[in-house]
Amino acid sequence: MSPVTYVRAPSATEAVRMGSEPGVRLLGGGTNLVDLMRKGVEAPSGLIDVTALADRVEQADDGGLVIGAPTRNSVVAAHPLIRTRYPMLSRAILAGASAQVRNMATVGGNLMQRTRCLYFNDAAGSRCNKRVPGSGCDAIGGSNRYHAIIGGSAACVATHPSDMCVALAALDARVRIAGPNGVRTVQLVDFHRLPGDRPDIETVLDHAEMIVAIELPAPLKALHSGYRKVRDRASYAFALVSVAAGLSMQDGRVRDVRVAFGGIAPKPWRAIRIEEALRGIPLVPETTAAAIEAEFAEAALLPGNAFKRELAKRTLTAMLNELAGDDA
Amino acid sequence: MSKIQNAVIGSVRTVIGWVPAGWLPGGAPDPLIERRAAIGSQASRLDGPLKVAGQARFAAEVVMERLCHAALVHSTVTRGRLARMDTQAAEAAPGVIMVVTYRNMPRVGPLPLMGMADLSAVGNSSLPILQDAQVRYNGQVVAAVIAETQDQADHAASLIQVDYEREPARTVFEEAKAHARTPASVLIEKNHVSVGNAERELISAPHSVDNVYRTPGQNHNAIELHTVTAAWEGESLVVHDTTQMVAPSASALAKLFGLKKEQVRVLSPFVGGGFGGKGLWDHQIVAVAVARMIGRPLRVTLSREGVYRIIGGRSPSEQRVAISADAAGKFSALVHTGYSVMPPYGACPEQYTMGSRALYDAGSFEIVQRHVDLDIVPNTFMRAPGEAIGTFALESAIDELAHGMGMDPIELRLHNIAERHPLSGTPFSQHALKQAFDDGARRFGWERRRTTPATRREGEWRIGMGCATGSFPYVRMPGANVSITLRSDGTATIACSAQEMGMGTATVQAQHAADRLGLPIEAITFELGDSALPAAPMAGGSSQTVSIAGAIAAGAEKLTLELLRLAGNASPVAGLRPSEVRLTAGGIASTSDPARNESYRSILARAARDAVTITAAGSAPLEMFKFAMHSSSAVFCELRVSDVTGEVRVDRLLGSFDCGTILNPKTAASQFRGGMIMGLGLALMEETLFDERSGRIMNATLADYHIPAHLDVPQIDVMWTGIPDPRSPLGARGIGEIGVTGVAAAVANAVFNATGKRVRDLPITLDKLLTE
Ligand SMILES: Cc1cc2nc3c(=O)[nH]c(=O)nc-3n(C[C@H](O)[C@H](O)[C@H](O)COP(=O)(O)OP(=O)(O)OC[C@H]3O[C@@H](n4cnc5c(N)ncnc54)[C@H](O)[C@@H]3O)c2cc1C
Repeated sequence: MSPVTYVRAPSATEAVRMGSEPGVRLLGGGTNLVDLMRKGVEAPSGLIDVTALADRVEQADDGGLVIGAPTRNSVVAAHPLIRTRYPMLSRAILAGASAQVRNMATVGGNLMQRTRCLYFNDAAGSRCNKRVPGSGCDAIGGSNRYHAIIGGSAACVATHPSDMCVALAALDARVRIAGPNGVRTVQLVDFHRLPGDRPDIETVLDHAEMIVAIELPAPLKALHSGYRKVRDRASYAFALVSVAAGLSMQDGRVRDVRVAFGGIAPKPWRAIRIEEALRGIPLVPETTAAAIEAEFAEAALLPGNAFKRELAKRTLTAMLNELAGDDA
Repeated sequence: MSKIQNAVIGSVRTVIGWVPAGWLPGGAPDPLIERRAAIGSQASRLDGPLKVAGQARFAAEVVMERLCHAALVHSTVTRGRLARMDTQAAEAAPGVIMVVTYRNMPRVGPLPLMGMADLSAVGNSSLPILQDAQVRYNGQVVAAVIAETQDQADHAASLIQVDYEREPARTVFEEAKAHARTPASVLIEKNHVSVGNAERELISAPHSVDNVYRTPGQNHNAIELHTVTAAWEGESLVVHDTTQMVAPSASALAKLFGLKKEQVRVLSPFVGGGFGGKGLWDHQIVAVAVARMIGRPLRVTLSREGVYRIIGGRSPSEQRVAISADAAGKFSALVHTGYSVMPPYGACPEQYTMGSRALYDAGSFEIVQRHVDLDIVPNTFMRAPGEAIGTFALESAIDELAHGMGMDPIELRLHNIAERHPLSGTPFSQHALKQAFDDGARRFGWERRRTTPATRREGEWRIGMGCATGSFPYVRMPGANVSITLRSDGTATIACSAQEMGMGTATVQAQHAADRLGLPIEAITFELGDSALPAAPMAGGSSQTVSIAGAIAAGAEKLTLELLRLAGNASPVAGLRPSEVRLTAGGIASTSDPARNESYRSILARAARDAVTITAAGSAPLEMFKFAMHSSSAVFCELRVSDVTGEVRVDRLLGSFDCGTILNPKTAASQFRGGMIMGLGLALMEETLFDERSGRIMNATLADYHIPAHLDVPQIDVMWTGIPDPRSPLGARGIGEIGVTGVAAAVANAVFNATGKRVRDLPITLDKLLTE
């Protein structure tokens, strides 16, 4: 690891000012960034620790919640308002990493965490377009069990590994961003980019900007929701496929449905097509299957990850059935 | 070497064949099997309080003045030459003392490879270490940066630029099979065994199975990283290491660096997990050579990635097992052949056919292992090497045969258990696999298993049960020495260079010595982990306990003789011969007339001695050749498989072991459970992701290389027959490795029972169960 300078930002304004210096990076819990620095994947010249900034969960005027970016993952998961109003989010966070990592990890860092692609992480020995644009991708012909089946490109098939973000995508969360020109807000589903030919550019965040908070709109009424994570061991493993789903039924028909996938795409994957297809109709196996099928019509399967299409379909189907059962 | 090995072993066998059993060590069972006090008790580990309090000093914690640190640079190509190495920036970096490459590394010869012919040879790899510009595998050490602190060394190492001239490399298992070698022997066994005409039996038998099983490579992941500190004091060398071969390392280092044995001292009081990986590898050689060159003590600690790069693991394998049976279920042929990786510069043959040679009577056999050469870090011994993956193939095949015949798989096994060693015809010293199965099946509730697969479910989960036989040979190593010091205050110290890797070596041997010497356990001190003490062999092959026990037993005899001499004519035991007395209740007593006795205290007082010290060596382990000595186990598993996702969740594991006397139920249960958890990892998740295009290990971290997490580990029940082996010291056989064996097959068989799907390719990941 190369030597770095380290300062604690006293305020968001200061953090933005200091963070706009070239080579400088914001530091949350460090559970991802410091690892990557040790591996030589990242080499910032300076770190600006933002964990002293507003790390609270607050009620918003519209009935939603505002979660400060430096809030620890474990604090969010355990918060009474999150647990009662957005249980899906609690579950998603608790399905990730380990208690120790969650105690350190911040919400801002979780959004910004980088892929677990083995070739991205092997700075010394592998080619990666995300790490070194234009250098090539060793994952596509190599070990790609954890890689994307939708949304990838010829340059990159890495996945965004977060569990929390999958729930946030399903919940219509917004990201509040502060920059030199003030504050702006983007939808979480628009925050992460698809790789295209620039897999190194992962989000819409400018270098001079920082995440200050996550905004959750008021919870949907009568939504039964859940988060299911499928992985290679019972805990402490990244998702092969994860599903955040919410369902509310009225008179035997789908009143509202939310579906987001993790583990299968370069970003938290909100399955808009499935939602549109199912809204307003009864949940019958054939139509549900067709709706899900359509979402994966353009899936690009690799030898190591081809099974994930079937796995994603089955996992979502089982969840919808379960949620519908809850509603009955 | 292998041919010579076969010849040597062959002749030893012939000679022993003429010797009556009674002549052999252990011919008359160890008397301690009958009378024991401390042995068999639940003594807690003596090192427990130290470890809980953080006071057990591990190798990386040794405080030393002027200590410097090293970071290793690993090659990123598999074969080639170092065309250019730019070390300037590293040399100029803060705190850097020196950058070592093949150009300035002192010349050292290759390590002699571990083998049966030369027991002091302990090398895992005979490749040169920083001696030339050649790269021979991906991850090989190409430079070492020496600096004042570890951080400075790590940073400077990242500044080194290396250009390689790449050369073609052998990295594809499937392709390399075409050039596989057939070694003459596998460890001490003749490799190719052909009895009768197994292939013909297969064709003519009414029932048979014939399948190929695959197991992946695996890496060592002991919690404690490999770390060594080398300090020269003039021409003497002190090495603080974490090693499972204290004395052998010291003599190997002495030889390599042209020193006398007394000039090298290796210390390793605690080892934070060994499992076969804590041997002599490149980092120790670098530490010793460079410490001498810079005239300062040097510590080399591998990073977790470094352990993957330069410490070998379990070889991948492809195994064919074919079995045929007559209508009643009696085996008529057993074929076990296959391929594993063993480069010519490595030492571990991954002996996966051992179980097939010892467990079942098949009438005809065809057994042979073939070695595939790849350009890789040489694979090494990893807990239950060979047996762990060999029992997966064999015991899956038996389950497949049983299913095909509509027979209970336990019944099929019991029908074929060998009465004598099926290949050599020698009698078993003790063998109660049937009892292990009977006891285990009862405790586990085997009768609740559905014989038709895929018929039991709860919600989305399909439930199944499976079982398998586990197996591990008995090994006692030659060359175990101990000293025993008995003091006039009634205490005793036993010392040898043995290694404590967390199994409870010191505790169990203190229990043993207490009984052997007739003292309370509190009176015993057991010293180990120091090559200055009488030499013990390496800890491997689950042999350490009996090897040292044999030496203590020999020592007690010598001590008896010495005490009788010191007792003289005025003693109540005067005139008694060693064979007429025993050591008991803090003294010597006549066996036939216990009233004739004298305490150690009184003997030593009369002789005006504060203490008496003897040293002794364990007898040659001839019992191994005269008898078939083998531990076995019955492993049971109950699990769930999700119909939706294919996820496997193990609910219960039970191991029923037949391993001779259990010396300490607490430490033994911990060994069994730990082994079974490793077996669970083998079954469900452990896998080195080796990129065959580059020859590089891709998941060299504990985040990406999965071992079972707490939630993966179910309730594990262990039990044992506890029947003493009349041919071994204390009646004990090894218990450290057998726990791993059989588990993968029990899991695979349970998966089949749950789903009707047969997975022959480890690990059993959910994608293999998803397909319709
Ligand atoms: C062993 C292991 C297992 C894991 N398993 C899982 C898992 O199963 N599921 C899962 O979802 N996650 C998992 N994680 C990842 C974990 O969730 C992330 O490491 C964590 O959320 C990152 O948060 P952090 O605060 O530590 O980020 P840091 O490491 O501090 O930073 C990460 C990135 O975010 C940037 N950043 C931090 N704060 C801000 C801000 N306010 N504005 C803009 N940029 C910012 C940093 O500059 C950096 O680029 C695992 C991690 C580890 C180490």
